This record gives sequence, structure tokens and C-alpha cells, in this order.
Amino acid sequence: MPALGLHAAWPYVAAAYVVFLVLVVAYVAIVASKITRLERRLDGRDAGHGAAGRP
Amino acid sequence: MRVASRLIAAQSRPTRGLRSLALLSAAALGAGYGLAFFSAPIEADQGFVQKIFYLHVPLAITTLVGFVAGGLLAAQHLRTGDRRWDVRSYVAIHVSTVFAVAALGTGSIWARASWGHWWVWQEPTLVSFLIVFLLYACYQPLRFAIVDPERQARYASVFAIVAAAFVPVNFVAVRMAQSFTHPRVLTDTGGSMPGSMRLAFVACLGAIGLLHVTLCRLELDAKRVRMRARRMAMESERAAFAAPAAAAPAPPSAAAPGVLVAGGR
Repeated sequence: MPALGLHAAWPYVAAAYVVFLVLVVAYVAIVASKITRLERRLDGRDAGHGAAGRP
Repeated sequence: MRVASRLIAAQSRPTRGLRSLALLSAAALGAGYGLAFFSAPIEADQGFVQKIFYLHVPLAITTLVGFVAGGLLAAQHLRTGDRRWDVRSYVAIHVSTVFAVAALGTGSIWARASWGHWWVWQEPTLVSFLIVFLLYACYQPLRFAIVDPERQARYASVFAIVAAAFVPVNFVAVRMAQSFTHPRVLTDTGGSMPGSMRLAFVACLGAIGLLHVTLCRLELDAKRVRMRARRMAMESERAAFAAPAAAAPAPPSAAAPGVLVAGGR
């Protein structure tokens, strides 16, 4: 197959780099969302404990 | 409890080590891909589409190294019995599986641009990488199918070691097989790369490797926080359960408070 010109090649190059970027960002977002959910659950626990402790 | 959750919240923020590692990998990625796009020459045979090489090949190499590292860490777990090694092995394999998806995706795009096909089943390099990926895709379901944590860690470690042994065997077998269309990069001549191309490739390989280490560190930190939170939740539940039992007046036949609490469960 003959080499693609710059005009025809750049969408492939961009697609490859975008695939990688999307995967890395999705991975980091999933890890971050898990930590945020944990923090929220602990905050809820705190609020519950505070309400229970109040007269 | 409030103090405990503040402690966990503080720990869940990126530590200084993780932050500097993330900055270092961002700088390395910037430098590596800057060299790849602005310093390395356009390849004569493939043209601009060859720039995918600087992403695809480092991803594939890092994936395979990560799988082997996962096996070595698993061996350390079986040797010492320390669960931390198992967690490290799990994280190395998990991140490598994500990188394997990226390597397959970028490779497929490159194949479409250079060969006119998304996938070539006759090519041993492609098929062997897919087999390795599918093998490791079984790791997570196998691991989480086992409920008992001790057995889970042990079986997952055995799987990781066997699969890691398969990676270099597979690599050698592919080297010995005849190539159909996929080029060989790691040869004695360095894939016939000129100096600036080789420099860009090595920089990209280092940057992707550093990114792998950073993501492993991120997941390890997150796991550590989650484990500590779970432990604290269990302790607070146990304390909440024990408190009313201790406050209640002891029946005349009770031998000791400890026995009462244990019996209350």
C-alpha cells in the first residue's frame, strides 16, 4: 500500500493519540470517582454520628 | 470517627510523591512526544502515519514488562505471604491491561492506515499479543470469583506467575516465526532507525514507562485509603455494637464482660 500523504494520514495519527488519551483519562477519572465516593460516604457517616450525638 | 474520616480525606488527596511523579511523567511525555513530532524525521516509507509508532510500540513494550513485573510481585507474595505484594501485583496487571487495550487500539488504527486492514489474522505478532491480552483479561474474573481473601490472593498470584512465564515464551516464539507484514523493531540494528528517531523512541518509551509507574502508584494509594476506611468502618461498627452491651447491667450469672460481648454476636 502506498504511503499516505500528510492530509490523509493525520486523522489516523490523531485517532491513535486520542484513543490513548481517552483511556488514560477514563482510568484516572474512575480511580478519582471511587475516592470521592468514599469521602462522601465518610462525610455522611460523620453527619449521622454528629446528629446522633446532639441532644 | 470525624478525626478518622479527616485522616482518610487527607490521605486520599495526592501525596507529594505521587504529585511529583505525575509532574515528572507529564514532563517526560511532553518532551518525548515533542521530539517525536518536531525532531524525528518523517519516515520515507510510511510517511506521517509512522508517528503512531512512538505511541504504539512503547505501549506494547510497557504492557509486556508490566505483566512480567506482576508475575514477579506475585512470586514475592507467595514467598513472603505478605498481602501487600499481591496488591502490587494486582495493580501492575490492572494498569498493564489498560495499556494493552491502548496498544491494540493504536495498532489497529496504524494497521488500517498502513496495510488497509484493521486486523491481520495471519500475522503472529498481532495474534500472540491478542492471546496474551485475553489471558490477562481472565485474571480479574478469576480473582473476584473467589470470596475468601486469602485464597483469592494465593490463586491470583499463581495465575500471575504462570501468565508472566508465558509472556517471554510468546515473545521468543513470535521472533522465531516468519513475519507476515508486522515489522520487527527490537533488532540488532535497532530497526534501522536514524539517531534522532531512536532518541525520540527511547524518550517516548521512558515517558510511557513512567506513566505506567504513576498510574500504579495512584491506584495503590487509592486502594490503601479504601482498605483503611473499610477497617475503620468495621472497628466503629464493632465499637457501636459493644458499647450498649457494656452499658447494660450485667446479669448475675455473667462471668466476664468479654464473654458477654462475644456471646452477643
